[in-house]
This record gives sequence, structure tokens and C-alpha cells, in this order.
Amino acid sequence: MCATCGCSSDSHTHDHSHDHGHDHGHDHPKTIVQVEQDVLHQNNLLAQRNRGYFEAKNILALNLVSSPGSGKTSLLERTLTDLKEELRFAVIEGDQRTTRDADRIHATGTRVTQINTGKGCHLDAHMVLHALQGMKPPGNSVLFIENVGNLVCPSMFDLGEAERVVIISVTEGDDKPLKYPDMFSSSTLCIINKTDLLPYVPFSVQDCKNHIHQVKPGMPIIELSCTSGEGLSEWYQWLKSKVLVAEEA
Amino acid sequence: MHKSKTMHELSIVMGILEIARKEAAMAGAASIDEIELDIGALSTVDMDAFDFAWNQGVKGTLLAGAQRKVNRIEGRARCMDCNIEFSIREIFEPCPACGEHFIDIVKGKELRVKSLVVEEGLAH
Repeated sequence: MCATCGCSSDSHTHDHSHDHGHDHGHDHPKTIVQVEQDVLHQNNLLAQRNRGYFEAKNILALNLVSSPGSGKTSLLERTLTDLKEELRFAVIEGDQRTTRDADRIHATGTRVTQINTGKGCHLDAHMVLHALQGMKPPGNSVLFIENVGNLVCPSMFDLGEAERVVIISVTEGDDKPLKYPDMFSSSTLCIINKTDLLPYVPFSVQDCKNHIHQVKPGMPIIELSCTSGEGLSEWYQWLKSKVLVAEEA
Repeated sequence: MHKSKTMHELSIVMGILEIARKEAAMAGAASIDEIELDIGALSTVDMDAFDFAWNQGVKGTLLAGAQRKVNRIEGRARCMDCNIEFSIREIFEPCPACGEHFIDIVKGKELRVKSLVVEEGLAH
């Protein structure tokens, strides 16, 4: 039993367990219980709890989502290194296994916690809550939550973030937004990464943008390359503008 | 056809189980005979994966013997420009009248436990 959130991992039953040797042969009357409860209700409550924590401590929380290999960790490495004099950062890393990503983030001198989800395909608000309790991120900071690389499942789970950033790289198909619309429609910024590889791959930036806007009209899109540095300034500008919003709130 | 053994459908089944367990306890129920779910067509639940996760997830629980009724709710959207309502199968479909993508999903995202039929137990 988790003391904070009331989660229980024990699978207790409510059936008739008697240590004396007879069955109860009575008839149980049947009742209809109207429930009308959202299945993700518990996650959403915990997400709101995280959100309140972030707001109170003036932490800008960003949930980074993408397929595996789109460059989430590389983007973080660049960002944490380039902006370390200007902003205070903390990072929560989500992967099924290993601390490889956390090690990379740690090497930039940033405070980082790794969540290993085991078989889990996404982070949920409960995991983030416990990660926060462990790491105690500093106030007035930017918290990156790097989700498990997966364009499907993480879309359903609110973590309490202020912004959800979906990253697509040009080595993927430009039709990804149509194939995984829920992730794109639930995000607030789209980054097209690895633009330095555009000459070598059949990826149409314009088609991709059209697809993104079919799924989410008006979503801001930033094209960048963590390798060449092209476009990074636009991303930094966006990030700083969100920090300002958080400070003024 | 589940593409991967790791899937959010299992988390969803666990969420349903948790709700059912709490509601049954509150009602003082000894067992659950039926569970009725609303699962919208746009709710990102793959029903094959859901069935697979269900069969694994409810083993040895209050829901193990329960009859499951699923109301599949079709997707409906309203165009923000011309205000007509239409049915959709994908969230990125344009308005059939004006072709715009500024649409508001009005139905089909549901994912909830609607009701249970329980057998009352002894207060013990």
C-alpha cells in the first residue's frame, strides 16, 4: 500500500473466505450499481496533483514523446548543455530497461531520475509522482519528462505536464502524424528533428506539416537538427517563452 | 492481433478492475455478475489487444466470472466552421461539408465503467 496516493498492489478478494468448513447457501440479491467512472480517472487525479505541485514550485514540466530513436535524448543533451547558464533543469527519464539515457543526461551535469517501466509501454502520473518524491526537483526550473519511446500508449496518460512535445525525425515516414493521430492531436508542439539528413531521405517536410495540421490545426512546428544545430535557436526561444508564461502565472 | 505484449490496454484493464473492486466493496457485494463498459471508437483502445489483456488481467479477481458488455460508441464530430455534426472514424477526418480540419470531437472518446450488476453479500 502506497501511503501517499493510496495505490494498492495487493490483490485482496472480497469473496467468502471462511476457515470453517461450510458454504453459505443463501441467495444473494442482485443489484445494479451505476458507476459512470472514467477508467483513467485515477491517473487524471494524480496528474492534477502533479500539476498543482509544478505550479506551486513554478516548475515548467514538459512531456517529451516520440517513436524510439527520434532523438529525444539527443535534443535534451544539446538543450541542457546550451542553456545551462540561463535555466535550471531537471530530467525524468522513462525507459523499459537500463539507465543509459539517465547516464547521458547525468553527464551534462543535470539532476536526473530514471524510471524503468519494466514491461510498461508508457509513463503514468503515478510513476511521475513517485519520481518527483525521490528527486525533489528545484523550484523555478524546467522539468523534462522523457517518455518511453512509443507513439501510441503515452498519448492517453496525462502526467501533469504543461506542454506535450512530440518529436518526429526525418528518417521516419512523413505520414506518421496520420498513422498515430492521437499522439499528435494531444501534443502542443511538434519538433521535426534530424533535418541535416533531409538530402538523403525521401521525407517531405511540407507533406509532414500538412499531415500534422490535419490532425491538429495550428500546432506550432519547429524544424531542427541536434547535429548541425540548425533550428535550435527557435526551440530555445519557444522554451524560454513558456518559462516566462509559467513565471507570470 | 496485438503487435506487442506491452500495451496500454493492460493498464486500462487494471484501471477497470480497480474501479470495479472499489465499487463492489462500497456496495458490500460478494461477487460481480456483469460489467458494462463504454468504449468509444476513437478511444485508442484496440479491441483485440483489450480482449487479450482482459483475459489475462481478470484471472483470479472479482471480475473473473463476470459477463462483460461493451458499448462501442461511434465517433461524432462537429465542424467549428460550419457547425454541422458528422460521424468520423479517424480523428483527423475533415468536415464533409467544408473540408476544414477544425473539428471538435463530441462522441467516441469514451472509456468508462458504466455499471455493474453485483450480488450482495453478507456484511462481513
